[in-house]
Amino acid sequence: MKFAVVVNEGPYTHQASDSALQFVKAALDKGHEIFRVFFYHDGVNNGTRLTVPPQDDRNLQRAWSEIALTRNVDLVVCIAAAQRRGILDANEAKRQGKDADNIAPGFRISGLGQLIEAGIEADRVVVFGD
Amino acid sequence: MAERPKKTFLYLNRKAPYGTIYALESLEVVLIGAAFEQDVSLAFLDDGVFQIVEGQDASALGMKNFSKTYRALGDFEVRKLYVERESLAERGLSEADLMPIMWEDEDEDYAEKPSIRLVDRSEMTRLIGAADVVLSF
Repeated sequence: MKFAVVVNEGPYTHQASDSALQFVKAALDKGHEIFRVFFYHDGVNNGTRLTVPPQDDRNLQRAWSEIALTRNVDLVVCIAAAQRRGILDANEAKRQGKDADNIAPGFRISGLGQLIEAGIEADRVVVFGD
Repeated sequence: MAERPKKTFLYLNRKAPYGTIYALESLEVVLIGAAFEQDVSLAFLDDGVFQIVEGQDASALGMKNFSKTYRALGDFEVRKLYVERESLAERGLSEADLMPIMWEDEDEDYAEKPSIRLVDRSEMTRLIGAADVVLSF
């Protein structure tokens, strides 16, 4: 089955990102396809490479990056939600006149149309939120 | 995309309009999604019913009052707004407290028709079960 996943909460405060990550891994392990993971609301905060969780805790951002890079999962951060919350890639940082970018490896920034497209293309959309 | 059948998208709005950003950002998805010409419905339940209460004034909060946007949804071909009757009643609200949200029927000389439909909880359950895509905010 082809799944689209939506993550609506940031890392650590809520379990939504952990649950989504475990769902994605389990689905891939069972031979399903993940069409896209779309990060919205505070979910965009999963995509900053500047998080530094304690060493004895899980590193959610790194886990997402790894799954994107090793298993070819499309991780999309909503541009409007990202701009509100200070998540920028190099292009956006330049365009907005900011002095730094912070997008994590394996994530890309794009528009809400990517969420709708995921809903159209996937067999199931699974939303992880509060 | 034009060749394939439309999907039914149901946006579930469950939270009050100003305590969190969910309502505002949900509306942004609805407006963008309208361009994809799918079969779109909105559902308001739990505290989400407060999103379409008439006479909102967010000025003291220092936040933008975005409630007028709901009234423009008809222009985006979004014509089905389901409101759960029990959620209204549990909050001391009735249909009379809601904004008039209308759409224009071009087949009937642009007659204005109400977009809001009150449904009871069992009908809401059926609507959620019948939708192809449920985006919950």
